[in-house]
Amino acid sequence: MALAKVCGIETEYGIIVKGADPNPVAASSVLINAYVTSVTRRIDWDFVDEHPGNDARGFSWEDSLPPEVEPQLVNAVLTNGSRYYVDHAHPEISTPECRTPSQALLYDRAAEEIVRSSMQLVRSYLPAEAEIVLYKNNSDGKGNSYGCHENYLLDRAVPFGRLVSEITPHFVTRQVFTGAGKVGCEHPAFSPPDVPFQISQRADFFEEEVGLETTLKRPIVNTRDEPHCDPLKYRRLHVIVGDANLSEVATFLKLGTTAIVLAMIEDGAISRDLTLADPVTAVRQVSHDPTLRQTVALRTGERMTALDVQWALYEMAERYAARDGLECLGGDGPLVLSRWHEVLSGLSSDPLSVASVVDWVAKKRLVDAFAERHGLGTYDARTKALDLQYHDMRAEKSIARRVGLETVCLDDDVRRAMTEPPSDTRAYFRGRVLARWPESVVAANWDSIVFDVGRDPLRRVPMMEPLRGTRELVGDLVENSADVTELLARLGD
Amino acid sequence: MAERIQRSKNTGDRETSRDESVAPDATTAQGERLKAEMDDILDEIDDVLETNAEDFVKSYIQKGGE
Repeated sequence: MALAKVCGIETEYGIIVKGADPNPVAASSVLINAYVTSVTRRIDWDFVDEHPGNDARGFSWEDSLPPEVEPQLVNAVLTNGSRYYVDHAHPEISTPECRTPSQALLYDRAAEEIVRSSMQLVRSYLPAEAEIVLYKNNSDGKGNSYGCHENYLLDRAVPFGRLVSEITPHFVTRQVFTGAGKVGCEHPAFSPPDVPFQISQRADFFEEEVGLETTLKRPIVNTRDEPHCDPLKYRRLHVIVGDANLSEVATFLKLGTTAIVLAMIEDGAISRDLTLADPVTAVRQVSHDPTLRQTVALRTGERMTALDVQWALYEMAERYAARDGLECLGGDGPLVLSRWHEVLSGLSSDPLSVASVVDWVAKKRLVDAFAERHGLGTYDARTKALDLQYHDMRAEKSIARRVGLETVCLDDDVRRAMTEPPSDTRAYFRGRVLARWPESVVAANWDSIVFDVGRDPLRRVPMMEPLRGTRELVGDLVENSADVTELLARLGD
Repeated sequence: MAERIQRSKNTGDRETSRDESVAPDATTAQGERLKAEMDDILDEIDDVLETNAEDFVKSYIQKGGE
Protein backbone atom coordinates (compact mmCIF):
# COMPACT_ATOMS: atom_id res chain seq x y z
CA MET A 1 0.00 0.00 0.00
CA ALA A 2 1.58 3.27 -1.15
CA LEU A 3 2.61 5.75 1.55
CA ALA A 4 0.85 9.09 1.92
CA LYS A 5 2.42 11.28 -0.75
CA VAL A 6 3.55 14.11 1.49
CA CYS A 7 5.01 16.69 -0.88
CA GLY A 8 6.35 20.21 -1.29
CA ILE A 9 7.93 22.61 -3.79
CA GLU A 10 11.15 24.66 -3.60
CA THR A 11 11.36 27.61 -5.99
CA GLU A 12 14.44 29.70 -6.74
CA TYR A 13 13.43 33.05 -8.17
CA GLY A 14 15.39 34.97 -10.77
CA ILE A 15 16.39 38.37 -9.37
CA ILE A 16 17.43 41.66 -10.93
CA VAL A 17 18.27 44.95 -9.25
CA LYS A 18 17.41 48.20 -10.99
CA GLY A 19 19.22 51.39 -10.02
CA ALA A 20 21.31 50.03 -7.11
CA ASP A 21 24.13 47.57 -6.32
CA PRO A 22 23.37 44.66 -8.65
CA ASN A 23 24.93 41.99 -6.39
CA PRO A 24 22.23 39.27 -6.36
CA VAL A 25 23.37 37.73 -3.06
CA ALA A 26 23.16 41.04 -1.22
CA ALA A 27 19.87 41.87 -2.93
CA SER A 28 18.37 38.48 -2.02
CA SER A 29 19.45 38.95 1.61
CA VAL A 30 17.99 42.42 2.00
CA LEU A 31 14.78 41.32 0.26
CA ILE A 32 14.23 38.36 2.59
CA ASN A 33 15.19 40.32 5.69
CA ALA A 34 12.73 43.05 4.72
CA TYR A 35 9.93 40.50 4.73
CA VAL A 36 10.97 38.45 7.74
CA THR A 37 11.55 41.42 10.04
CA SER A 38 8.16 42.81 9.06
CA VAL A 39 6.25 39.69 10.06
CA THR A 40 8.12 38.11 12.96
CA ARG A 41 11.32 37.89 14.91
CA ARG A 42 13.74 36.08 12.61
CA ILE A 43 14.26 32.41 13.51
CA ASP A 44 17.26 30.89 11.81
CA TRP A 45 17.50 27.58 10.08
CA ASP A 46 19.34 24.79 11.89
CA PHE A 47 21.86 23.03 9.62
CA VAL A 48 22.78 20.16 11.92
CA ASP A 49 20.74 17.58 10.01
CA GLU A 50 21.65 18.68 6.48
CA HIS A 51 23.46 16.03 4.42
CA PRO A 52 23.01 17.05 0.80
CA GLY A 53 26.00 14.97 -0.29
CA ASN A 54 24.52 11.59 0.63
CA ASP A 55 23.76 9.55 -2.46
CA ALA A 56 20.62 7.42 -2.72
CA ARG A 57 22.53 4.76 -4.63
CA GLY A 58 24.52 4.09 -1.49
CA PHE A 59 28.00 5.20 -2.54
CA SER A 60 30.01 8.22 -1.47
CA TRP A 61 30.37 11.45 -3.40
CA GLU A 62 34.14 11.57 -3.68
CA ASP A 63 34.00 11.79 -7.46
CA SER A 64 31.18 14.26 -7.74
CA LEU A 65 30.42 17.66 -6.36
CA PRO A 66 28.23 17.63 -3.27
CA PRO A 67 25.89 20.60 -3.08
CA GLU A 68 27.15 23.34 -0.81
CA VAL A 69 25.41 24.35 2.36
CA GLU A 70 25.77 28.08 2.99
CA PRO A 71 24.91 28.67 6.63
CA GLN A 72 26.20 32.27 6.60
CA LEU A 73 23.43 33.46 4.26
CA VAL A 74 19.98 34.61 5.33
CA ASN A 75 17.92 31.59 6.15
CA ALA A 76 14.66 31.91 8.01
CA VAL A 77 11.68 29.81 9.03
CA LEU A 78 8.20 31.28 8.61
CA THR A 79 5.09 30.68 10.70
CA ASN A 80 3.44 28.87 7.79
CA GLY A 81 6.13 26.21 8.17
CA SER A 82 8.09 27.19 5.07
CA ARG A 83 11.74 28.15 4.68
CA TYR A 84 12.75 31.47 3.06
CA TYR A 85 16.43 31.79 2.25
CA VAL A 86 19.26 32.80 -0.05
CA ASP A 87 20.40 29.87 -2.15
CA HIS A 88 23.53 30.64 -4.15
CA ALA A 89 22.50 33.94 -5.73
CA HIS A 90 18.71 33.57 -5.61
CA PRO A 91 15.93 34.04 -3.09
CA GLU A 92 14.23 30.70 -2.56
CA ILE A 93 11.13 29.52 -0.75
CA SER A 94 10.52 25.91 0.20
CA THR A 95 6.87 25.28 0.98
CA PRO A 96 6.03 23.37 4.15
CA GLU A 97 5.37 19.65 3.94
CA CYS A 98 1.89 19.25 2.45
CA ARG A 99 -0.53 16.33 2.63
CA THR A 100 -2.01 16.76 -0.87
CA PRO A 101 -1.08 18.25 -4.26
CA SER A 102 -3.80 20.91 -3.94
CA GLN A 103 -2.37 21.94 -0.57
CA ALA A 104 1.15 22.16 -2.02
CA LEU A 105 -0.28 24.30 -4.83
CA LEU A 106 -1.84 26.60 -2.22
CA TYR A 107 1.50 27.01 -0.41
CA ASP A 108 3.33 27.61 -3.69
CA ARG A 109 0.82 30.38 -4.38
CA ALA A 110 1.36 31.71 -0.85
CA ALA A 111 5.11 31.74 -1.60
CA GLU A 112 4.40 33.87 -4.68
CA GLU A 113 2.51 36.35 -2.53
CA ILE A 114 5.34 36.35 0.02
CA VAL A 115 7.90 37.32 -2.64
CA ARG A 116 5.46 39.88 -4.05
CA SER A 117 5.08 41.38 -0.60
CA SER A 118 8.88 41.24 -0.13
CA MET A 119 9.42 43.29 -3.32
CA GLN A 120 7.13 45.98 -1.86
CA LEU A 121 8.63 45.94 1.62
CA VAL A 122 12.24 46.12 0.42
CA ARG A 123 11.59 49.42 -1.34
CA SER A 124 11.99 51.31 1.94
CA TYR A 125 15.55 49.92 2.22
CA LEU A 126 16.54 51.05 -1.29
CA PRO A 127 17.20 54.42 -2.94
CA ALA A 128 13.98 55.99 -4.23
CA GLU A 129 14.48 55.04 -7.88
CA ALA A 130 15.86 51.55 -7.14
CA GLU A 131 13.87 48.33 -7.39
CA ILE A 132 14.42 44.61 -6.84
CA VAL A 133 12.38 42.48 -9.25
CA LEU A 134 11.83 38.72 -9.04
CA TYR A 135 11.01 36.30 -11.84
CA LYS A 136 9.45 32.87 -11.38
CA ASN A 137 11.30 31.20 -14.23
CA ASN A 138 14.25 28.85 -14.62
CA SER A 139 16.75 30.36 -17.03
CA ASP A 140 18.17 33.67 -18.16
CA GLY A 141 18.37 32.69 -21.83
CA LYS A 142 22.16 32.77 -21.64
CA GLY A 143 22.83 29.27 -20.36
CA ASN A 144 22.28 29.89 -16.64
CA SER A 145 19.56 27.88 -14.95
CA TYR A 146 18.04 27.79 -11.48
CA GLY A 147 15.53 25.33 -10.20
CA CYS A 148 12.03 24.59 -9.13
CA HIS A 149 12.29 21.35 -7.20
CA GLU A 150 9.60 19.04 -5.90
CA ASN A 151 9.82 16.59 -3.01
CA TYR A 152 7.78 13.45 -2.39
CA LEU A 153 7.73 11.01 0.51
CA LEU A 154 8.54 7.48 -0.58
CA ASP A 155 8.90 4.07 0.99
CA ARG A 156 12.59 3.32 1.56
CA ALA A 157 11.89 -0.34 0.63
CA VAL A 158 11.42 0.50 -3.08
CA PRO A 159 14.66 -0.47 -4.85
CA PHE A 160 16.24 2.75 -6.12
CA GLY A 161 17.18 1.27 -9.51
CA ARG A 162 13.58 0.32 -10.27
CA LEU A 163 12.41 3.72 -9.08
CA VAL A 164 14.78 5.40 -11.56
CA SER A 165 13.75 3.33 -14.57
CA GLU A 166 10.01 3.59 -13.84
CA ILE A 167 9.81 7.31 -13.01
CA THR A 168 12.08 8.52 -15.84
CA PRO A 169 9.48 8.14 -18.66
CA HIS A 170 7.14 10.40 -16.65
CA PHE A 171 9.87 12.98 -15.97
CA VAL A 172 10.78 13.11 -19.66
CA THR A 173 7.23 13.40 -21.00
CA ARG A 174 5.19 15.27 -18.35
CA GLN A 175 6.63 18.51 -19.74
CA VAL A 176 3.87 18.49 -22.37
CA PHE A 177 1.63 19.93 -19.63
CA THR A 178 4.18 21.15 -17.04
CA GLY A 179 6.49 23.01 -19.44
CA ALA A 180 6.60 26.77 -18.93
CA GLY A 181 7.76 27.48 -22.49
CA LYS A 182 10.86 29.29 -23.70
CA VAL A 183 11.83 31.47 -26.63
CA GLY A 184 15.15 30.19 -27.99
CA CYS A 185 17.51 27.44 -26.96
CA GLU A 186 20.43 27.12 -24.54
CA HIS A 187 21.62 23.62 -25.37
CA PRO A 188 25.31 23.80 -26.37
CA ALA A 189 24.70 21.81 -29.57
CA PHE A 190 22.28 24.42 -30.96
CA SER A 191 22.33 28.14 -31.54
CA PRO A 192 19.37 29.94 -29.95
CA PRO A 193 17.43 30.67 -33.16
CA ASP A 194 17.63 26.98 -34.19
CA VAL A 195 14.79 26.38 -31.75
CA PRO A 196 12.68 29.55 -31.83
CA PHE A 197 10.25 28.21 -29.22
CA GLN A 198 10.43 25.16 -26.99
CA ILE A 199 8.16 23.54 -24.41
CA SER A 200 10.40 23.55 -21.33
CA GLN A 201 12.58 26.11 -19.57
CA ARG A 202 14.82 23.39 -18.19
CA ALA A 203 15.20 20.65 -20.82
CA ASP A 204 18.36 22.17 -22.34
CA PHE A 205 20.23 21.67 -19.05
CA PHE A 206 19.97 17.92 -18.44
CA GLU A 207 23.08 15.90 -19.21
CA GLU A 208 22.77 12.72 -17.14
CA GLU A 209 20.07 10.13 -16.47
CA VAL A 210 20.81 9.86 -12.76
CA GLY A 211 23.21 11.58 -10.37
CA LEU A 212 23.82 13.70 -7.29
CA GLU A 213 24.57 17.12 -8.77
CA THR A 214 22.03 19.89 -9.17
CA THR A 215 24.22 22.67 -10.58
CA LEU A 216 26.48 20.89 -13.07
CA LYS A 217 25.81 17.88 -15.28
CA ARG A 218 22.21 17.97 -14.08
CA PRO A 219 20.55 14.54 -13.90
CA ILE A 220 16.92 13.71 -14.78
CA VAL A 221 16.70 11.72 -11.53
CA ASN A 222 18.51 13.35 -8.63
CA THR A 223 19.99 10.98 -6.04
CA ARG A 224 20.31 13.34 -3.09
CA ASP A 225 19.59 11.04 -0.16
CA GLU A 226 18.55 13.42 2.57
CA PRO A 227 15.17 12.19 3.79
CA HIS A 228 14.61 14.83 6.52
CA CYS A 229 12.66 12.10 8.34
CA ASP A 230 13.21 8.56 9.59
CA PRO A 231 15.88 7.27 7.14
CA LEU A 232 15.12 3.62 7.86
CA LYS A 233 11.51 3.95 6.71
CA TYR A 234 11.45 6.77 4.22
CA ARG A 235 13.04 8.32 1.20
CA ARG A 236 12.50 11.88 0.01
CA LEU A 237 12.59 11.93 -3.78
CA HIS A 238 14.14 15.28 -4.71
CA VAL A 239 12.93 16.14 -8.22
CA ILE A 240 14.94 18.75 -10.11
CA VAL A 241 13.65 18.23 -13.64
CA GLY A 242 10.58 20.49 -13.46
CA ASP A 243 9.81 24.02 -14.63
CA ALA A 244 8.39 26.66 -12.29
CA ASN A 245 4.76 27.17 -13.29
CA LEU A 246 2.62 30.27 -13.25
CA SER A 247 -0.46 28.23 -14.14
CA GLU A 248 -2.04 26.91 -10.94
CA VAL A 249 -3.53 23.92 -12.72
CA ALA A 250 -0.10 23.06 -14.18
CA THR A 251 1.44 23.07 -10.70
CA PHE A 252 -1.42 20.89 -9.45
CA LEU A 253 -0.95 18.45 -12.34
CA LYS A 254 2.83 18.38 -11.97
CA LEU A 255 2.50 17.35 -8.31
CA GLY A 256 -0.59 15.19 -8.68
CA THR A 257 0.46 13.09 -11.65
CA THR A 258 3.95 12.57 -10.22
CA ALA A 259 2.49 11.52 -6.86
CA ILE A 260 0.27 8.96 -8.59
CA VAL A 261 3.09 7.51 -10.71
CA LEU A 262 5.27 7.26 -7.58
CA ALA A 263 2.46 5.49 -5.71
CA MET A 264 2.14 3.03 -8.60
CA ILE A 265 5.88 2.39 -8.42
CA GLU A 266 5.64 1.73 -4.67
CA ASP A 267 2.79 -0.72 -5.27
CA GLY A 268 4.44 -2.45 -8.24
CA ALA A 269 1.64 -1.28 -10.56
CA ILE A 270 3.74 -0.17 -13.56
CA SER A 271 2.64 -3.02 -15.80
CA ARG A 272 3.92 -1.68 -19.12
CA ASP A 273 7.64 -1.22 -19.77
CA LEU A 274 8.07 2.38 -20.96
CA THR A 275 11.81 2.52 -20.28
CA LEU A 276 13.40 5.02 -22.65
CA ALA A 277 16.46 4.12 -24.72
CA ASP A 278 18.09 7.53 -24.21
CA PRO A 279 16.23 9.75 -21.72
CA VAL A 280 18.73 12.63 -21.93
CA THR A 281 18.23 12.99 -25.69
CA ALA A 282 14.50 12.38 -25.33
CA VAL A 283 13.92 15.17 -22.79
CA ARG A 284 15.44 17.66 -25.22
CA GLN A 285 13.69 16.22 -28.30
CA VAL A 286 10.30 16.49 -26.64
CA SER A 287 10.95 20.04 -25.50
CA HIS A 288 12.19 21.18 -28.90
CA ASP A 289 9.00 20.15 -30.71
CA PRO A 290 5.91 22.20 -29.78
CA THR A 291 3.94 20.33 -32.48
CA LEU A 292 4.08 17.31 -30.11
CA ARG A 293 4.72 14.98 -33.06
CA GLN A 294 8.31 14.07 -32.10
CA THR A 295 8.71 10.42 -31.13
CA VAL A 296 11.23 9.07 -28.65
CA ALA A 297 12.84 5.62 -28.64
CA LEU A 298 11.94 3.05 -26.01
CA ARG A 299 14.32 0.34 -24.90
CA THR A 300 11.95 -2.16 -26.54
CA GLY A 301 12.69 -0.54 -29.92
CA GLU A 302 9.23 1.00 -30.17
CA ARG A 303 8.89 4.76 -30.76
CA MET A 304 6.23 6.82 -29.01
CA THR A 305 5.33 10.49 -28.77
CA ALA A 306 5.45 12.12 -25.32
CA LEU A 307 1.66 12.24 -25.40
CA ASP A 308 1.50 8.49 -26.13
CA VAL A 309 3.73 7.84 -23.10
CA GLN A 310 1.51 10.07 -20.97
CA TRP A 311 -1.63 8.28 -22.18
CA ALA A 312 -0.01 4.94 -21.32
CA LEU A 313 0.79 6.20 -17.81
CA TYR A 314 -2.70 7.66 -17.46
CA GLU A 315 -4.32 4.37 -18.45
CA MET A 316 -2.23 2.48 -15.91
CA ALA A 317 -3.14 5.09 -13.30
CA GLU A 318 -6.86 4.72 -14.03
CA ARG A 319 -6.66 0.94 -13.55
CA TYR A 320 -4.54 1.37 -10.42
CA ALA A 321 -7.06 3.83 -8.96
CA ALA A 322 -9.96 1.47 -9.65
CA ARG A 323 -8.15 -1.44 -8.03
CA ASP A 324 -6.19 0.11 -5.13
CA GLY A 325 -7.83 3.50 -4.62
CA LEU A 326 -5.79 6.66 -4.29
CA GLU A 327 -5.98 7.29 -0.54
CA CYS A 328 -2.28 8.17 -0.63
CA LEU A 329 -3.26 11.46 -2.36
CA GLY A 330 -5.47 12.42 0.59
CA GLY A 331 -8.66 12.99 -1.41
CA ASP A 332 -7.09 14.61 -4.48
CA GLY A 333 -6.86 11.36 -6.49
CA PRO A 334 -10.07 11.55 -8.59
CA LEU A 335 -9.44 15.21 -9.33
CA VAL A 336 -5.89 14.60 -10.52
CA LEU A 337 -7.12 11.82 -12.79
CA SER A 338 -9.90 13.90 -14.33
CA ARG A 339 -7.68 16.94 -14.92
CA TRP A 340 -4.89 14.72 -16.27
CA HIS A 341 -7.35 13.17 -18.73
CA GLU A 342 -8.66 16.60 -19.67
CA VAL A 343 -5.24 18.08 -20.40
CA LEU A 344 -4.10 15.05 -22.42
CA SER A 345 -7.35 15.13 -24.43
CA GLY A 346 -6.89 18.83 -25.13
CA LEU A 347 -3.25 18.46 -26.15
CA SER A 348 -4.16 15.48 -28.37
CA SER A 349 -6.92 17.31 -30.26
CA ASP A 350 -6.00 20.99 -30.24
CA PRO A 351 -3.23 22.31 -27.93
CA LEU A 352 -4.71 25.82 -28.09
CA SER A 353 -7.72 24.43 -26.19
CA VAL A 354 -5.54 24.14 -23.06
CA ALA A 355 -4.07 27.66 -23.26
CA SER A 356 -5.79 28.47 -19.95
CA VAL A 357 -3.99 25.71 -18.03
CA VAL A 358 -0.67 24.94 -19.76
CA ASP A 359 1.98 27.64 -19.45
CA TRP A 360 3.91 26.84 -22.63
CA VAL A 361 0.73 26.89 -24.72
CA ALA A 362 -0.39 30.20 -23.19
CA LYS A 363 3.07 31.68 -23.80
CA LYS A 364 3.39 30.33 -27.35
CA ARG A 365 -0.05 31.60 -28.33
CA LEU A 366 0.93 35.04 -27.08
CA VAL A 367 4.40 35.04 -28.65
CA ASP A 368 2.96 33.96 -32.02
CA ALA A 369 0.26 36.64 -31.97
CA PHE A 370 2.75 39.30 -30.83
CA ALA A 371 5.23 38.34 -33.56
CA GLU A 372 2.49 38.44 -36.18
CA ARG A 373 1.20 41.83 -35.06
CA HIS A 374 4.68 43.38 -35.09
CA GLY A 375 6.05 41.52 -38.12
CA LEU A 376 8.73 39.72 -36.14
CA GLY A 377 10.21 36.22 -36.28
CA THR A 378 9.45 33.93 -33.33
CA TYR A 379 13.02 34.34 -32.08
CA ASP A 380 13.59 38.05 -31.55
CA ALA A 381 14.71 40.34 -28.72
CA ARG A 382 11.12 41.54 -28.34
CA THR A 383 9.62 38.05 -28.12
CA LYS A 384 12.39 37.02 -25.71
CA ALA A 385 11.54 40.05 -23.57
CA LEU A 386 7.91 38.92 -23.62
CA ASP A 387 9.04 35.43 -22.56
CA LEU A 388 11.01 36.81 -19.58
CA GLN A 389 8.27 39.19 -18.56
CA TYR A 390 5.70 36.36 -18.56
CA HIS A 391 7.39 35.38 -15.27
CA ASP A 392 7.68 38.89 -13.73
CA MET A 393 6.35 38.67 -10.15
CA ARG A 394 5.17 42.30 -10.02
CA ALA A 395 1.39 42.25 -10.39
CA GLU A 396 1.47 45.39 -12.52
CA LYS A 397 4.07 43.91 -14.90
CA SER A 398 3.23 40.20 -14.96
CA ILE A 399 2.26 38.90 -18.39
CA ALA A 400 1.12 35.54 -17.01
CA ARG A 401 -1.63 37.35 -15.08
CA ARG A 402 -2.95 38.82 -18.33
CA VAL A 403 -3.28 35.77 -20.58
CA GLY A 404 -6.41 34.21 -19.08
CA LEU A 405 -4.92 31.41 -16.98
CA GLU A 406 -7.53 29.58 -14.92
CA THR A 407 -7.24 30.31 -11.19
CA VAL A 408 -8.30 27.73 -8.64
CA CYS A 409 -6.91 29.04 -5.32
CA LEU A 410 -9.14 31.45 -3.43
CA ASP A 411 -7.49 34.74 -2.40
CA ASP A 412 -8.51 34.29 1.25
CA ASP A 413 -6.98 30.80 1.36
CA VAL A 414 -3.73 32.09 -0.16
CA ARG A 415 -3.60 34.98 2.31
CA ARG A 416 -4.12 32.63 5.24
CA ALA A 417 -1.46 30.22 3.92
CA MET A 418 1.11 33.03 4.02
CA THR A 419 1.11 32.84 7.84
CA GLU A 420 -0.66 29.63 8.87
CA PRO A 421 0.81 26.15 8.37
CA PRO A 422 -0.98 23.12 6.93
CA SER A 423 -2.86 21.41 9.77
CA ASP A 424 -2.21 17.83 8.73
CA THR A 425 1.60 17.47 8.62
CA ARG A 426 4.41 18.18 11.08
CA ALA A 427 4.61 21.68 9.54
CA TYR A 428 1.69 22.47 11.85
CA PHE A 429 3.89 21.99 14.94
CA ARG A 430 6.81 23.94 13.43
CA GLY A 431 4.67 26.85 12.29
CA ARG A 432 2.48 27.16 15.37
CA VAL A 433 5.22 26.99 18.01
CA LEU A 434 7.08 29.61 16.02
CA ALA A 435 4.00 31.83 15.94
CA ARG A 436 3.27 31.36 19.64
CA TRP A 437 6.76 31.42 21.18
CA PRO A 438 9.23 33.02 18.76
CA GLU A 439 11.43 34.11 21.69
CA SER A 440 11.89 30.49 22.81
CA VAL A 441 12.65 28.92 19.42
CA VAL A 442 16.39 29.08 18.81
CA ALA A 443 16.40 27.29 15.48
CA ALA A 444 14.30 24.95 13.39
CA ASN A 445 14.68 22.68 10.41
CA TRP A 446 12.58 20.07 8.63
CA ASP A 447 12.91 17.37 11.27
CA SER A 448 13.56 19.15 14.55
CA ILE A 449 13.05 22.32 16.59
CA VAL A 450 15.47 23.64 19.18
CA PHE A 451 13.95 25.42 22.20
CA ASP A 452 15.57 27.69 24.77
CA VAL A 453 13.61 27.20 27.98
CA GLY A 454 15.69 29.71 29.90
CA ARG A 455 18.18 27.27 31.41
CA ASP A 456 20.81 24.97 29.88
CA PRO A 457 20.83 22.79 27.96
CA LEU A 458 18.77 23.74 24.91
CA ARG A 459 16.02 21.24 24.17
CA ARG A 460 15.83 19.66 20.73
CA VAL A 461 12.46 18.17 19.76
CA PRO A 462 12.86 15.71 16.89
CA MET A 463 10.09 15.38 14.28
CA MET A 464 11.08 12.29 12.32
CA GLU A 465 7.52 11.47 11.22
CA PRO A 466 6.08 13.85 8.59
CA LEU A 467 2.50 12.98 9.57
CA ARG A 468 2.91 13.56 13.30
CA GLY A 469 2.91 16.99 14.87
CA THR A 470 -0.47 17.62 13.19
CA ARG A 471 -3.28 19.70 14.65
CA GLU A 472 -5.21 16.51 15.37
CA LEU A 473 -2.32 15.04 17.38
CA VAL A 474 -0.76 18.07 19.12
CA GLY A 475 -3.25 20.91 18.53
CA ASP A 476 -4.44 20.94 22.14
CA LEU A 477 -0.86 20.99 23.51
CA VAL A 478 0.32 23.70 21.16
CA GLU A 479 -2.68 25.98 21.40
CA ASN A 480 -3.39 25.56 25.14
CA SER A 481 0.01 25.29 26.84
CA ALA A 482 0.78 28.49 28.74
CA ASP A 483 4.45 28.50 27.82
CA VAL A 484 7.20 26.41 26.25
CA THR A 485 8.08 24.74 29.54
CA GLU A 486 4.53 23.43 29.83
CA LEU A 487 4.51 22.44 26.16
CA LEU A 488 7.70 20.40 26.51
CA ALA A 489 6.52 18.79 29.74
CA ARG A 490 3.22 17.76 28.14
CA LEU A 491 5.00 16.51 24.98
CA GLY A 492 7.18 14.32 27.21
CA ASP A 493 4.18 12.74 28.94
CA MET B 1 -10.35 24.12 -3.19
CA ALA B 2 -10.71 20.62 -4.59
CA GLU B 3 -14.12 21.57 -5.96
CA ARG B 4 -12.64 24.67 -7.58
CA ILE B 5 -10.02 22.64 -9.41
CA GLN B 6 -12.82 20.35 -10.57
CA ARG B 7 -14.70 23.29 -12.02
CA SER B 8 -13.93 22.81 -15.68
CA LYS B 9 -15.73 19.89 -17.20
CA ASN B 10 -14.06 16.79 -18.49
CA THR B 11 -13.73 17.18 -22.23
CA GLY B 12 -14.83 13.63 -22.96
CA ASP B 13 -13.12 10.54 -24.18
CA ARG B 14 -9.79 10.60 -25.89
CA GLU B 15 -11.18 9.13 -29.10
CA THR B 16 -14.11 11.54 -29.32
CA SER B 17 -12.39 14.69 -28.19
CA ARG B 18 -11.80 16.15 -31.64
CA ASP B 19 -14.37 18.77 -32.49
CA GLU B 20 -15.36 17.09 -35.75
CA SER B 21 -19.07 17.47 -35.22
CA VAL B 22 -18.90 21.26 -34.96
CA ALA B 23 -20.33 23.06 -37.98
CA PRO B 24 -17.79 25.07 -40.03
CA ASP B 25 -19.40 28.46 -39.33
CA ALA B 26 -19.32 27.75 -35.59
CA THR B 27 -15.60 27.06 -35.89
CA THR B 28 -15.10 30.33 -37.72
CA ALA B 29 -17.10 32.20 -35.10
CA GLN B 30 -15.01 30.60 -32.39
CA GLY B 31 -11.82 31.46 -34.28
CA GLU B 32 -12.91 35.08 -34.54
CA ARG B 33 -13.80 35.22 -30.87
CA LEU B 34 -10.36 33.83 -29.96
CA LYS B 35 -8.65 36.34 -32.24
CA ALA B 36 -10.57 39.24 -30.69
CA GLU B 37 -9.64 37.94 -27.24
CA MET B 38 -5.98 37.73 -28.27
CA ASP B 39 -6.11 41.27 -29.69
CA ASP B 40 -7.40 42.54 -26.34
CA ILE B 41 -4.62 40.74 -24.51
CA LEU B 42 -1.99 42.20 -26.88
CA ASP B 43 -3.41 45.70 -26.44
CA GLU B 44 -3.23 45.39 -22.67
CA ILE B 45 0.27 43.94 -22.77
CA ASP B 46 1.55 46.74 -24.98
CA ASP B 47 0.94 49.06 -22.03
CA VAL B 48 3.02 47.08 -19.54
CA LEU B 49 5.90 45.78 -21.68
CA GLU B 50 9.44 46.70 -20.69
CA THR B 51 10.26 49.75 -22.80
CA ASN B 52 13.60 48.71 -24.24
CA ALA B 53 13.32 45.00 -25.03
CA GLU B 54 16.88 44.63 -26.26
CA ASP B 55 18.44 46.21 -23.15
CA PHE B 56 16.14 44.26 -20.88
CA VAL B 57 17.01 40.91 -22.48
CA LYS B 58 20.72 41.75 -22.47
CA SER B 59 20.77 42.81 -18.84
CA TYR B 60 18.75 39.85 -17.59
CA ILE B 61 21.70 37.80 -16.36
CA GLN B 62 21.45 35.26 -13.55
CA LYS B 63 23.91 33.13 -11.72
CA GLY B 64 23.20 29.42 -11.94
CA GLY B 65 21.39 28.13 -8.91
CA GLU B 66 20.29 25.00 -7.04
